[in-house]
Amino acid sequence: MNQEQRLARQKKIRNFSIIAHIDHGKSTLADRILERTNALTAREMKEQLLDSMDLERERGITIKLNAVQLNYTAKDGETYIMHLIDTPGHVDFTYEVSRSLAACEGAVLVVDAAQGIEAQTLANVYLALDNDLEILPVINKIDLPAADPERVRQEVEEVIGLDASEAVLASAKAGIGIEEILEQIVAKVPAPTGDPGAPLKAMIFDSLYDPYRGIVSYVRIVEGTVKPGDKIKMMSSDKEFEVIEAGVFTPRATLREELTVGDVGFLTAAIKNVGDAPVGDTITHARKPATEALPGYRRLNPMVYCGLYPIDTSKYNDLRDALEKLELNDAALQFEPESSQALGFGYRCGFLGLLHMEIVQERIEREFNIDLITTAPSVIYNVHMTDKEVLKVDNPAMMPDPQKISFIEEPYVKATIMVPNDYVGAVMEICQKKRGNFLTMDYLDNSRVSIIYELPLAEIVYDFFDQLKSGTKGYASFDYELIGYKESNLVKMDILLNSEQVDALSFIVHRDFSYERGKLIVDKLKNLIPRQQFEVPIQAAIGQKIVARQTISAIRKNVLAKCYGGDISRKRKLLDKQKEGKKRMKQVGNVEVPQEAFMAILKMDDQSK
Amino acid sequence: MVKGLYIHIPFCHQICFYCDFNKVFFKDQPVDAYIDSLGKELSLWKQQGALDQPLETIFLGGGTPTSLEPQQLERLLGYIHEFVPMASNLEWTSEANPDELTYEKMQVLFNGGVNRLSMGVQSFDEDLLKRLGRTHNNNDVARAVADARKVGFTDISFDLMYGLPGQTMKQWEDTLEQAFSFDLPHFSAYSLIIEPKTVFYNLMTKGKLNTVTEDLEADMYAKLMNEMEQHGLLQYEISNFARPGFESRHNLLYWDNEEYIGAGAGAHGYVQGIRYSNHGPLKKYMEPLEQNERPILNSHSVPRKEMMEEEMFLGLRKTAGVSLAHFVEKFGVEMESVYGDILKKEIESQNLVIENGRVKLTNQGRFIGNNVFEQFLLA
Repeated sequence: MNQEQRLARQKKIRNFSIIAHIDHGKSTLADRILERTNALTAREMKEQLLDSMDLERERGITIKLNAVQLNYTAKDGETYIMHLIDTPGHVDFTYEVSRSLAACEGAVLVVDAAQGIEAQTLANVYLALDNDLEILPVINKIDLPAADPERVRQEVEEVIGLDASEAVLASAKAGIGIEEILEQIVAKVPAPTGDPGAPLKAMIFDSLYDPYRGIVSYVRIVEGTVKPGDKIKMMSSDKEFEVIEAGVFTPRATLREELTVGDVGFLTAAIKNVGDAPVGDTITHARKPATEALPGYRRLNPMVYCGLYPIDTSKYNDLRDALEKLELNDAALQFEPESSQALGFGYRCGFLGLLHMEIVQERIEREFNIDLITTAPSVIYNVHMTDKEVLKVDNPAMMPDPQKISFIEEPYVKATIMVPNDYVGAVMEICQKKRGNFLTMDYLDNSRVSIIYELPLAEIVYDFFDQLKSGTKGYASFDYELIGYKESNLVKMDILLNSEQVDALSFIVHRDFSYERGKLIVDKLKNLIPRQQFEVPIQAAIGQKIVARQTISAIRKNVLAKCYGGDISRKRKLLDKQKEGKKRMKQVGNVEVPQEAFMAILKMDDQSK
Repeated sequence: MVKGLYIHIPFCHQICFYCDFNKVFFKDQPVDAYIDSLGKELSLWKQQGALDQPLETIFLGGGTPTSLEPQQLERLLGYIHEFVPMASNLEWTSEANPDELTYEKMQVLFNGGVNRLSMGVQSFDEDLLKRLGRTHNNNDVARAVADARKVGFTDISFDLMYGLPGQTMKQWEDTLEQAFSFDLPHFSAYSLIIEPKTVFYNLMTKGKLNTVTEDLEADMYAKLMNEMEQHGLLQYEISNFARPGFESRHNLLYWDNEEYIGAGAGAHGYVQGIRYSNHGPLKKYMEPLEQNERPILNSHSVPRKEMMEEEMFLGLRKTAGVSLAHFVEKFGVEMESVYGDILKKEIESQNLVIENGRVKLTNQGRFIGNNVFEQFLLA
């Protein structure tokens, strides 16, 4: 292509994301758009994707369906090139959302016609607005009996302040309104600006590692043109590589002669080290480099930390390998070695949030087949020492001697909770119990309320979601952002099993709640730790002071009475099962402690109900 | 070498709430055809050469053997006599429900060679019995024992149960006291185990079963052992007590890791190094036999490692424990070389003891036998 052709093509490019609260129909809408633009039936689409998966196996390529090039022939007779960039929906992945949005000029905002705006919708809309995107509201699921599109339209206007007069009324499920959405994308989302002849600026918005091709960088071309054979340079490190492949996903990975302004696709350049092509970096030409890089992403720091330990201590190295592999396409995951007296060697890992933590933990257990003990999650405390030093403590076991602490600060978040007004009382009660400070409350319409609280992040980490869900029968939606640190009267609670302190069970708690929590946790542990061959006292202590105590009585009887008509296999199975169960327990001192016990603190509030 | 024979009669007039054995309601079942199938199965074993040596024990279990009519019992015993060579000191037991054990049936059994009765008494608390789904009452038990003695049976045993839903220590003591009044030479006493696919299990999962605590169950077990000892009944296995010479040899055969034939629907056996089980559903059991094929559901040739494990976790159930010399003789290695660490650890914890060349559970170890047995499973 020459410059003129590239510019003409550029005018036909539309890059967009779909943003939505979970379950408001984002995936279904994406499917419909794929069907409509690629003239594929759902069935064919599935087959094609499956083919891609086979390809994946044969050639070792991993294809993520997160940046698809589509062709759409609009009512004006012109064919447009669209790139649909997928976004994750959960609050933990706000970072990824912002990366995806930075590769777009527009966003389709999907709002459920019955449920209206939810907390997550707002969070994503604000991200889109931050990125100066054109936002196209779509009111989805209008065929539901409970749909009230007019109310929702009003909500979009009043709560977000968007003009919703042209909001498309759609049902992705029934295929209603898809055409109109595509037409609005053509009409309203601006074509990319940028000069295909200028020095190359390609932004890496995601990457994955492929054992055969090295790093596959997902890029959005902002300026210039790039093709295989080009010598490129990473602007953050000045490292140079030669482009081997350039292409787009249709959704199949399809090689192209070049990628130019507005294109969203992938590049490979035999890059072996993930650190050489970090997400957020700008790629330019080695010979004719751009003078300055695109604004990078704010690297999101983990908010929640926990220890991951292999139950089988010989799997320590396997765990490290697993974490390293996961880190390749999960830039937000952080880890470093730590050791615990109780659990041996493991890793302190940082996560964006609880969901992120659970996903990583589950992937390690499932994909890498390592049984884990996860210690209770912790936030990062700023510990101001009497000698004016400030320590960052993310592991309760590492909390310094109270004598040397001047004061402790903990992270706070601003939490937005949207809920039908019947549940306002319930929400406030939960927030109050979680040491929240009430900020404001607004009526979204005559039945729904937005409540804003300041809450310690640590309290959100401890089963806040679950409580909110059960307290509001699942009607509440919730989002939060970190607002900074505040001083709190915090103490470290230690747990002693059989008079031995178990470092992995220590936790930080507000002094006012310490007795209550101490009692809850020892009760909880009593139920979680099976009877041993001797009596095991469980104590909760602040410093030297025991604040709560329970005792697990010794096992009394565990012997199968009968042989079932000579059926030995049943006895064997039972013993096998028993033995297997013990393997999943951790020997702490001489007490066998099951995995769940280390997470007991998370579920403490179960019993207070 | 096969030493015993277990025959399963899968019919019951009433299904107990705790039972998960292979069993069906007696009514409308092909009982006569089933007895013929049993005969066929025994004939196949005979052909195969597994019944060439005289057997030392026979056990009729179920289900309920006494659910059979006298003529049916007679035909069953006939088949056994036809195919099974018997040692002169044969122990031949039949399980029996007290209310079904008529004088006539007892005569058939006794005249047919059965010399031991194991009665499913379970409890002398009639309320508890009803809650177990049992149909007999205390009068039935008294009558059955009296009649059995009249017929000629001397070797009579009661099965008793403890740890029953809602059972108190007082009720258990009463049951033991009444049981002792019969002056029997043998008792089996089992703690209730709630198995899936039983009425009790379903009640339990719904939270409607008033299960006893582990502590109460342990106290009941302690009480049981104490009372038995007081009455001159020696504990020879976790759940079995007898006057010297009246131990159930069939029962011991399982714990001695010896071989036995299991015949009948759902029966398990151990023959020529192979543990097998028969099909449970009647139809699936009977059909292959019509084709002169054994009704095998699965079979497993026990490797040496498993044989050693079984030698231990079965043998340790006996008060006599496992003989170190016998272990060497059977496996060609010292027990110490296979299980040295475990023996050391459990002896230190006072769960095991080695006395007179035998390793056995201590009284403490007996309460938590499973925790000890488990360790004898080799990785």
